[in-house]
Amino acid sequence: MSENDNREPEGQPEASSSPVASEPTVEPAQVESAQTETAQQEKAQTETAQPEPATTDTQPAAAVPSEPEAPAAQTEAPATQAEAPAAQEEAAAPPPARRVETDEEKAARRKAALEAREAAKAAAAQAAAQAAQAGTDGRAAAKAGDGESSEGEEAPPKPPSPKQPLLDKVTRLLRELVAEDAVEEAYINEANDHLPTLVVKNERWLQAASLFRNHTDLQCSYLRNVSGVDYETYMEVVYYPLNMDSRECYCVKVRADRELPSVGSVTPIWETANWNEREIYDLLGIDFPGHPDLKRIMMPDDWVGHPLRKDYVPLDPEV
Amino acid sequence: MEFDLANVSPEDRKEVERNVFFGTIDQLKGWARSNSLWPLTFGLACCAIEMMAAGGAHYDLDRFGVLFRTSPRQADVMIVSGTVTKKMGPLLKRLYDQMPEPKWVIAMGSCATAGGPYVKSYSVIKGVDQIVPVDVYIPGCPPNPAALIYGINKLQEKIRYEAKTGKQVTSR
Repeated sequence: MSENDNREPEGQPEASSSPVASEPTVEPAQVESAQTETAQQEKAQTETAQPEPATTDTQPAAAVPSEPEAPAAQTEAPATQAEAPAAQEEAAAPPPARRVETDEEKAARRKAALEAREAAKAAAAQAAAQAAQAGTDGRAAAKAGDGESSEGEEAPPKPPSPKQPLLDKVTRLLRELVAEDAVEEAYINEANDHLPTLVVKNERWLQAASLFRNHTDLQCSYLRNVSGVDYETYMEVVYYPLNMDSRECYCVKVRADRELPSVGSVTPIWETANWNEREIYDLLGIDFPGHPDLKRIMMPDDWVGHPLRKDYVPLDPEV
Repeated sequence: MEFDLANVSPEDRKEVERNVFFGTIDQLKGWARSNSLWPLTFGLACCAIEMMAAGGAHYDLDRFGVLFRTSPRQADVMIVSGTVTKKMGPLLKRLYDQMPEPKWVIAMGSCATAGGPYVKSYSVIKGVDQIVPVDVYIPGCPPNPAALIYGINKLQEKIRYEAKTGKQVTSR
């Protein structure tokens, strides 16, 4: 059920390189900058927008008693130790898992998740802009930084993906033959072998699916996998159609409203989607109108709720 | 043929004591039952692999009179080997109910004992003793065949102890 490719593959490395780009010199106060860098990276990765002033303050006190005789290792040790409080804070951050939440709290949490995501996106954009600016300043700053910063510097003159023509082709076909607004997003998922990834508008999905199946340039006769994701602000169904002759594979994501999620069934188009859609319905509660036999497949028929939804609360108490 | 114990000569009495075991009928039943524990062929997860290995040629459960039966009507003991999901629970209970008395249950592995690594799962019963009475718990994840054999030996001990002393130690 889990979707293995990242939704925003370009977001993470740039977000983590932002503090480095803002600090071109690493030489003075190396210990302190290493601490703040690591702490900020942790913060950017966990996407928590909370300020953490205590983290950097407590570090020297914690580092000195543990490494009193090895000053050479000081630059390394605080960097690793700075992660620990950040991780602790991360662990402490989520609310008690087994508490029954009210609807207001759920709504607030959902809103917070959305805001955190937006903030991360904005930070990533800012970091990209800064990285581009720093690239014009010179290579020296990049050399002085660690591996992540050099990776961030090399990002702008990146060569186009080998799968880019494929993505352009399918995007063009969908826009011409289905609807102009059919494709909401189109990008290359580099982490997943440059998989051409599209986000297709929910209302246009069935047309788009039959296009994937039947169009002479696509001919995706096989649907490799269907999975569902709960993103707390919306639900998403992910399809992986495959052309068996040319071995071209795509990733198509269809988003749905979270309260009454509904995505048209592709079982009439790809027979193999039958059980996949039943599983997604069973565990996430996404409705698939057009499915021949949409009922639970894993949980007992009398089960209440959909267990993989983020707001699912088990009926029985834990041990 | 008349048989008067009083007229038995001391030599004959010694001869009889050397060659004949004396006991109660309960002990005889306990002896017979404990040495013909027929478990239900019933595997739920990876513990079942170890149970199969225990039944195979190397560990050879047959030498303890443990012969796997494919019908609950012929079985004496249910070895719950693996994770019991909430979906499986009613079926397990039904199989237990179909077994004739006397019957025993061995909870094999941490899943059947207390939910094991799935204790926080929404779909797993936290220990099979919530639905059927368990006589022997075998720890391990999974327990190896030797541990299963040890558990079966413990159950045999319990059955014989109960027959000998009359104290109930199995949970029926």
